[in-house]
Amino acid sequence: MSTLAVHDHGVVHHEEGHEHHKDTFISKYIFSMDHKMIAKQFLITGITMAFIAMTLSILFRIQLAYPDKAFPLLETLLGRFAPGGRLDPNFYLSLVTIHGTIMVFFVLTAGLSGTFSNLLIPLQVGARDMASPFMNMLSYWFFFLACVIMLSSFFVQKGPASGGWTVYPPLSALPKAMPGSEMGMTLWLISMVCFVASSLMGGINYVSTVLNMRTKGMDLWKMPLTIWAFFLTAVLGVLSFPVLVAGVVLLIFDRSMGTSFYLSDIVLNGKVMPFEGGSPILFEHLFWFLGHPEVYIVIMPAMGISSEIMSVNSRKPIFGYHAMVYSLIGITVLSFIVWGHHMFVTGMNPFLGGVFMITTLIIAVPSAVKTFNWLATLWRGNIRFKPAMLFAIGMVSFFISGGLTGIFLGNATLDINLHDTYFVVAHFHLVMGSAAIFGMLAGVYHWFPKMFGRLMDEKLGYLHFWLTFIGAYLVFFPMHFMGLDGVPRRYYAFTEFESMQKWLSVNTFVTWAAIMSALAQVAFLFNFVHSIFWGKKTTQNPWQANTLEWTAPVEHIHGNWPGEIPTVYRWPYDYSKPGQEEDFIMQTVPYSETMSSNIESDFEDNPVGLAEHTKWASTQRSNEEVK
Amino acid sequence: MGFKKILNSKKIFSLLAVFMLTGTNLLMAQTAAPADATTAAAADDKTAMWMGAGYYVLLFLLLCVVIAIVGKILRVYDLTQQIQGKKELNWNNLMAVICLVFLIFGIYGAYWEFTVQGTQTLPEAASAHGVKIDEMFTVTTVLTMIVFFITQILLFGFLFKYRHSSKRKAYYLPHNNTIEKVWTIAPAIVLTILVVFGFFTWQEITNSAEVKGDLNIEITGHQFAWELRYPGKDQKLGTIDYKLVSGTNKLGIDFKDRNSFDDLQADTLVLPVNRSIRLNIRAQDVIHSVYLPHFRVQLNAVPGLPTFFKFVPTITTAEMRNRLDDPKFEYLLYCNKICGGIHYNMKKVVRVVTEAEYQDWIAKQKPYLTDDLKKQMNIATTTQSKNVQPNRLALNN
Repeated sequence: MSTLAVHDHGVVHHEEGHEHHKDTFISKYIFSMDHKMIAKQFLITGITMAFIAMTLSILFRIQLAYPDKAFPLLETLLGRFAPGGRLDPNFYLSLVTIHGTIMVFFVLTAGLSGTFSNLLIPLQVGARDMASPFMNMLSYWFFFLACVIMLSSFFVQKGPASGGWTVYPPLSALPKAMPGSEMGMTLWLISMVCFVASSLMGGINYVSTVLNMRTKGMDLWKMPLTIWAFFLTAVLGVLSFPVLVAGVVLLIFDRSMGTSFYLSDIVLNGKVMPFEGGSPILFEHLFWFLGHPEVYIVIMPAMGISSEIMSVNSRKPIFGYHAMVYSLIGITVLSFIVWGHHMFVTGMNPFLGGVFMITTLIIAVPSAVKTFNWLATLWRGNIRFKPAMLFAIGMVSFFISGGLTGIFLGNATLDINLHDTYFVVAHFHLVMGSAAIFGMLAGVYHWFPKMFGRLMDEKLGYLHFWLTFIGAYLVFFPMHFMGLDGVPRRYYAFTEFESMQKWLSVNTFVTWAAIMSALAQVAFLFNFVHSIFWGKKTTQNPWQANTLEWTAPVEHIHGNWPGEIPTVYRWPYDYSKPGQEEDFIMQTVPYSETMSSNIESDFEDNPVGLAEHTKWASTQRSNEEVK
Repeated sequence: MGFKKILNSKKIFSLLAVFMLTGTNLLMAQTAAPADATTAAAADDKTAMWMGAGYYVLLFLLLCVVIAIVGKILRVYDLTQQIQGKKELNWNNLMAVICLVFLIFGIYGAYWEFTVQGTQTLPEAASAHGVKIDEMFTVTTVLTMIVFFITQILLFGFLFKYRHSSKRKAYYLPHNNTIEKVWTIAPAIVLTILVVFGFFTWQEITNSAEVKGDLNIEITGHQFAWELRYPGKDQKLGTIDYKLVSGTNKLGIDFKDRNSFDDLQADTLVLPVNRSIRLNIRAQDVIHSVYLPHFRVQLNAVPGLPTFFKFVPTITTAEMRNRLDDPKFEYLLYCNKICGGIHYNMKKVVRVVTEAEYQDWIAKQKPYLTDDLKKQMNIATTTQSKNVQPNRLALNN
């Protein structure tokens, strides 16, 4: 019923598009309401933010590698933030904070979900556009505003927020506690409110589009895993982001209106403060109630993208499609009841810690299922090493390496000694940082032809992959051992502790590895920009994939498909089906056209089709007997 | 076509030569600069700085040119092969081989890390509960490392083995319920074991209820130092009211409480060996974290929320120095929760000593109730009683 209605609407919409062809520059490129253009806007803003955050990380890595050296160039570039060519300790913390905030929220949430949900949801479920194109446009512009406000904090006198990306009060609530807690923190909070507004508008749009606007025949179990991942990610975001806003608003009250939601018994610089009755732990609960689902908001789209790309390039159906979907659902549900594992040693009731430990380790089961299913997808495949495929594989490798250390940190007992050390830094940079970035890059390489109508250069893609992949391992693997030696994160220098001096050489090595991987991104940037304008023109279905977006013409048109939206007949993973000449069958090919490759399990919920299939099979058999 | 490409790349070669020359020139300039540095004025620093940065930028550009040239050469090679009707370079096979090489080097690298950096980690636990944590750590490490090596070997092994071939078709295998059940249940069982052990150990470690014979020591964090308070002969710490904090009473000890009269201040956290220590953890301004890695102890110090951690140190500092063969070794306590600019330097030396040494040491510590404070208190109490009198009268009326 709903599919029909949407279908009609789509046709009307399309005809309207033909009537008035007066897209101005502003309505086409700036305040665009077309999901494909918004996806590109998200992608380019996301890449820009990623380069900024990466540069910040190189700055603080230089400080960690050479704590005693002065770099006059830094003073020239950063002015008062690097007096005498050495980073100011407070500015070091600002760099760490803003690097984390940009990467987690602006790149891996908005840049990843924003780009690929916007691009792929309408194209892969068969819709003309998003449910609400106007809200979609607002979503991007709120995101852009949030970016501008966040970056503007570098230009206020006391510098940007510096209490860590988790902004725990009282440090972030008391402007006198550190320079970054003054104007910089205010800007951080405003920026986050805009950001959450953006991601809510996006999320509501994604959910409603997936639920209401699927084309004929596209039932939930025929959706590609990408769509499942984006859909569940959006649900997670819609349910958890508002809690962050609640936490942030209370923090704004504490900072500016003299309330004591998070503050109690405070003596700052010898001055007794009037706050009474609040609790900093409350903020931690509110923050991590978003914060933990947030890491799954980051990783689930990467999982969906990798699943799709690995299936296409192994020329083999994804192994255990249903198990993949159920594990995504499992992760979604469980991710709401594990936030306490960030708070084992915060003074939270130890009994609660025990409960959170149990739920946390349960969430490892669906993650393990996904990993094994990916491995089984590769088994006996016919693997094409496209750059997108390599990045998808890199994502799996990082997810394994980083996921396993999660078993240590999720165990409250072991967390006592590992909490807030470099072990944690290594863990989350591998499992959600590198893995999610690789998922995003895989998506960029794979759907670049869909976005820009041209192909990216493969050889530069290979170079980019290997340098980044090896670089990321070189950066984060040694950090585990620093953590096991009890080296805390967010330390400006290790020079004050004799016992940490032995890690100085490792730090230098890590910094050079980081610089190498950062420079490797230039290969990507060049490839990306060059290919947009001068890349090789693509064909309609360059990867011989099954999903619906490759049935749309290369030229972008308003409404995606000329004429009717194609109908879907089968699941998206019929690769290398025996009995079929080609090694892929698109979703739009009806079973009646592929009699030779149909198997009984194709008709589990379709008795008519099954009857036809058995009839066909029996005639085939009798024919053979005659021969 | 192919010849044209070669000509093109020759142009690039000459460009490369120019770059190399300028690069070496700059390098010469760099090496020469320090020799003149003694005579050169400070103003020269700026140009040297830009020259240094410029040199690295140029080096990077040179690298880019080299990569571009290699790319061109590969392209030319491909085209000539095509013209001669031979097979092009098979990038699929090349990538598959690199995957295999990466796997081998990766395994060796991980092994190297474990043997070299693995030995630089913390020494054995110096507390009773720490031994249990270490045992659990070992078990978890062994289990996860088995999974790590097997899955990574399978991942990159499959990539090499099942690389693309136009002669072959992939095996159509959409699902297999038995095997999926196996690999759902197997990790579930392993994790259940880890959870059960972890849960009970956690409950045991975090039980910080006070038992007779516990030594209560208070540690208070503020930007950017730790304050220590030991109980006096009564073995009890007096109460604290943050509103009483002042220049002379930096902890805000409430001296109306008799227990606080003999509370002692100390510079070093001295702990008697084999005795149950109950740390009373407080913070004055922002969240800090008391981290004693050698004892496997960590708990946040939260303003407004006193927390407690109970542990038994088992190895004295002297003995640990012997075991590690490091005469300068000290146990340390440091802050492990971001707390401001000087967060990176908020340490306290911890010394574990025998009971006798501890008694000697504690006898030498000074009480918090200094003469200054006494004087002030007397004044305060007298003024207070004077103030109180009229109030009461007022109330009576």
